[in-house]
Amino acid sequence: MTLPSGTSSIADLERRARELRAQIIENSHRTQTPHLGSCLSCVDVLVAAYFSALRIDPTRPRDTGRDRFILSKGHGAPALFHVLAMRGFYPASMLSDYGVDGGVFAEHPPTPDHLPGIEAATGSLGHGLPLGLGMALAGRIQGRPYNVFALLSDGECNEGSVWESAMLAAAQRVDNLMVIVDFNKWQATGRSEEVMALAPLADKWRAFGWNACEVDGHDMAALVEILSRVPDGGGRPLAVVAHTVKGKGVSFMEDDNNWHYRIPSADEVARAKVELGVGA
Amino acid sequence: MRNAFADEITRLAPEDPRLVLLSGDIGNKLFDKFKAAGPGRFFNCGVAEANMMGVAAGMALSGLRPVIYTITPFTTTRCYEQIRVDVCYHGAPVIIVGTGSGLSYAELGPTHHSCEDLAILRVLPGMTVLAPCDSTELRHLLRAALKHDGPVYMRIGKKGEPPILPDPAPSIEIGRAVRVRDGRDVCLIGCGTIMSEVIKAADILSAQGVSARVESFHTVKPLDLRCLDDAFRDFGLVAVCEEHGRLGGLGSAVAEWKCQQRGDLGRLISFGVDDEFMHEVGSQEYARRRFAIDGESIATRVATTLRQ
Repeated sequence: MTLPSGTSSIADLERRARELRAQIIENSHRTQTPHLGSCLSCVDVLVAAYFSALRIDPTRPRDTGRDRFILSKGHGAPALFHVLAMRGFYPASMLSDYGVDGGVFAEHPPTPDHLPGIEAATGSLGHGLPLGLGMALAGRIQGRPYNVFALLSDGECNEGSVWESAMLAAAQRVDNLMVIVDFNKWQATGRSEEVMALAPLADKWRAFGWNACEVDGHDMAALVEILSRVPDGGGRPLAVVAHTVKGKGVSFMEDDNNWHYRIPSADEVARAKVELGVGA
Repeated sequence: MRNAFADEITRLAPEDPRLVLLSGDIGNKLFDKFKAAGPGRFFNCGVAEANMMGVAAGMALSGLRPVIYTITPFTTTRCYEQIRVDVCYHGAPVIIVGTGSGLSYAELGPTHHSCEDLAILRVLPGMTVLAPCDSTELRHLLRAALKHDGPVYMRIGKKGEPPILPDPAPSIEIGRAVRVRDGRDVCLIGCGTIMSEVIKAADILSAQGVSARVESFHTVKPLDLRCLDDAFRDFGLVAVCEEHGRLGGLGSAVAEWKCQQRGDLGRLISFGVDDEFMHEVGSQEYARRRFAIDGESIATRVATTLRQ
């Protein structure tokens, strides 16, 4: 497994996160595609995963011993597509095909057979954790010490399959599995707490037999540290509730749920890039 | 049939280290021998079928060959989205086994009946759909399914199904119907657990001087087109029989194929469950008579149709 070069410092990871945010915002404008707020809230988690925690080799995307990362909140696909390009799974130039007829970059991740770096085709919520649990158990059966990470949205925790999976993972004492909840406090049409009473979210995972912790989902140093905790040796899966801000990084998008579906204008893209400190 | 399934998968466990068995909190004792033959490869996934299907797909994507086993409605209608997305969209080689199919659990009521599973599973891209008629056919098809590099659904009975095929059986392959007997006057195409009634119907017809070809059409998808071509070429009447609704099952599949061929649909009749739930109590034998898919009803309608 190779370590990415030039990513030794937290400042460097933070720079990558700002660049990714700018790319994702430009992509939304260029292709007129939504889910910007949901992408921006999970960028720091993706950077910490792909440039620190995951033991992966972009030149060998199907290596049997690789760590697996599943974007269970599949509507964050633009963020995933851009981080995979940045990590070297394919050239960034391929992303000009995003949303183009006959291309591979749909608004949700395709299957692993169709794009390197993808572990599961998601988009329907509540599927990534069961798939990830199956992969984690397969690692145990085959004696392969890889880890599996599944990134869920808070709205996704509405799905019963998430909690079915949580119970089986705990019963099987699976410790090579981590869930990260991108807790941005919104789902498509309202405050996630008002729609389905999520609180206390970390305690829910604990009650289901998991170790759980909470983290500022935009604190790169804290994310890098926490994503390194699997397996934690306690014989339990680990849930990380990452407190995030929907639309993070751009003042006029932050915590404004209109950006779940809204597309930025050219002027808004320019203003966002100024705020992010990323050159035009 | 479930005992034959448990026995065959236990034999397969040491042969194939990729084999993993997942059960939805049933058949615990049934699989004691499997647990010994394949330690660490049996998972009771609890009463949580949606998760079980996703877990199986995740295992399959990691190089294993998971087999899921539970009562048919719970491994089909209960978790259909997971079958569609996790298994079929990914082309994951998961074998989904539904036990007690059709009206096998008639006395348990419609929550436990499965007269829609063939209809909804065969429309999923990449899915192979199997319905063995007896334990011998089941054993062969299970082995063939493990060699198949894609999703497979197999509906089986419960216990006490009479043997239909000789054991050892002729070669049994996915997508190739097995001729159980040959005849001149009518072709009876049976699918899965209803086969014992189809044999009864053939015997009754034989006593009346009507000679029936009987095919065990164990693969609902892909259809054995050679068998169907032969049947429609050689017979004025082809009767498709299944322990499944007449909407969407094998009878529908054959009609769809015949339509595309612009063929003579008038030669086709189908036997299956009516478009309704059974609200009264009854045994499997009662339920089959009620829906006129028992041997006597099949024979009577075939004989009447032949006279028309």
